[in-house]
Amino acid sequence: MAYSDKVIDHYENPRNVGSFDKGDESVGTGMVGAPACGDGMTLQIKVGPDGRIEDARFKTYGCGSAIASSSLVTEWVKGRTLDEATTIKNTQIAQELSLPPVKIHCSILAEDAIKAAVEDYKKKHGLAGTAQEAKKVA
Amino acid sequence: MKLPIYLDYSATTPVDPRVAQKMIPYLTEFFGNPASRSHAFGWKAEEGVEEARAHVAALINADPKEIVWTSGATEGNNLAIKGAAQFYKTKGKHLITQKTEHKAVLDTFRELERQGFEATYLEVEPNGLVDIAKFKAAIRPDTILASIMMVNNEIGVIQPVWEIADICKEKGIVFHCDAVQAAGRVEIDMNKLRADLLTITAHKMYGPKGIGALYVRRKPRVRLEAQIHGGGHERGFRSGTLPTHQIVGFGEAARLAKLEMGVDNARVRVLRDRLWKSIQGMEEVYLNGDLERRIPHNLNVSFNFVEGESLIMAVKDIAVSSGSACTSASLEPSYVLRALGRNDELAHSSVRITIGRFTTQEEVDYAADLIKRKVEKLRELSPLWEMYKDGVDLNSVQWAAH
Repeated sequence: MAYSDKVIDHYENPRNVGSFDKGDESVGTGMVGAPACGDGMTLQIKVGPDGRIEDARFKTYGCGSAIASSSLVTEWVKGRTLDEATTIKNTQIAQELSLPPVKIHCSILAEDAIKAAVEDYKKKHGLAGTAQEAKKVA
Repeated sequence: MKLPIYLDYSATTPVDPRVAQKMIPYLTEFFGNPASRSHAFGWKAEEGVEEARAHVAALINADPKEIVWTSGATEGNNLAIKGAAQFYKTKGKHLITQKTEHKAVLDTFRELERQGFEATYLEVEPNGLVDIAKFKAAIRPDTILASIMMVNNEIGVIQPVWEIADICKEKGIVFHCDAVQAAGRVEIDMNKLRADLLTITAHKMYGPKGIGALYVRRKPRVRLEAQIHGGGHERGFRSGTLPTHQIVGFGEAARLAKLEMGVDNARVRVLRDRLWKSIQGMEEVYLNGDLERRIPHNLNVSFNFVEGESLIMAVKDIAVSSGSACTSASLEPSYVLRALGRNDELAHSSVRITIGRFTTQEEVDYAADLIKRKVEKLRELSPLWEMYKDGVDLNSVQWAAH
C-alpha cells in the first residue's frame, strides 16, 4: 500500500524513541494494543513541576502507520498540560498523517496511549477519579 | 545491481525472454483461431497449441491428451474439485483437504459444502506437513475426493502427495493435487504420482499469466463435470477460444523447465542456503516449515518482536511478501503459519522470500544485509524486544485494550 510522505518521514526518522524509568514519579506510562493482533505501543510522558509535559518517549511494535502515529504524538504532547494532552483526537492524527481507512485504528491506538500515560501519571499522584476512570467503571 | 530486487518468485515469475520471443509471432503473424479448421491460419495456430501441449505433458511425463488448458491455477482447481465432486456425487458426499491449501482450493471446498457436500480440513504438523496416518483416519466410506497440494505457497514444504495418491488409488478416491508451486521446481512424473487430477500454471515457471493446465488422467479415466460451457473446446472439459500466444508461451516455459530444472535448482539452493545462513545467526529468528522437505526457492522466516508489515516497508529495496495480511482491515495473521501452531506474534512477524532463475548472489547478499540492519532498527523501536531483553515474560504483560 502507498504511505503518505509524513508517515514515511516519521517511520524513517522516528522522533523520541526510547523509554524513561517507569518508577520515576514524574513519569506516566501508557501501554496499549495487543501484540497478538499485530500492534503494541508504549508511550511515556515526563511531567515538569509546572504540570506541563516536558518530554515524551515511545516504542511501537506494529505497522508503519502505527509507528508514525506514536512518533507524531510524542511531538504533539510536549508543552501541553495533562488535560490539554488528552484532547488530542485520533481524527487529528489520522488527518495529519493522511492515514487510509484501514489504518485508522493506528491513530486510535496513539490517542489511547496518551490517555493511558496521563492516567498512569495521575494515579501515581493520587489524582484518580477523572472522567477517564469514571468511564472505565461505567 | 538494479533496485528494487525481486524476491517474490512464488507470487509470480518474470517471463523468460526466450519464452516471450516465442510468443510474439503468435500475436501478430500466426493469430488464427486454433479452432478454425477451414484455413491455414487456424492450422498454424493449432500446430502451436499442440506442440505446447506436448511440452507441458512432457514436463510431468503425461500424455498430451491428458492436458486441458485453463485460464490459470484458480480455474484449474475449481474445475478439478467441483467437476469431480459433482460428477461423482451419487457415490458419496465426503471430501478431504487440509488447512494450508491455497484459497483457490479452500474456498472451492467451502462452496461445495454449501452445495451439500461434507468436508474434512486436516490439521498439519508443526513442520507444515500432512501426517499420513491422520489422512488415512479421515477417510470415510463415502469419501469421493481428496485434494492436497504438492508444495505450499507460503512455506514451500513438499507434501507427501505420492503416498497420499497411492492411498486414494487403493480406496477408489479421486485425488487432486495442486502442483502450482511445484511445477518446474519439483520433478513430477505422472507414472509415479498416481494422482487423477493435477493443476499447474505458467506464470510460476517463467511463462505468461492467464494460462494454466489441468492434468486429467485417462487410464483409468477420470470424469469431470464441465464448469464453463460453450463451443466444446478441450474435449468438452473447458469451452472458450484458446489463447494461442499464452499457450505457446506456457509450452516453451515447460520445455525450458524440463531442460534446466536440475541446474536451476542446484544454483537456487546455494543462494537460498547462503541467505538463510546469513540471517540465521540473529537472535529470535524462526524458520517456518520443514527445511529438508522443501523447495530450494523458499525461505519463510519470522523475526520475533518485529511486525511483518513494518519490516516489508523497511526493506522496500527488496520485493518480498509478508505472511501477515495487515493491509486488510481484518488484521489476520497468515492462516498457514497459524496452522503450524505458530503464535500470533510470530505469525505477524513473518516474511516470505522466494528466489528463482534470475536471482544473483549479489542480490541475495544485499537482501541479507538489508534485512539484518532493518530488523535491528525495528527492534530498537519495539517495546516487545525491550521487554524480552529485560527478561520480562511477555505473556504476563498487561496491555490496555483499545
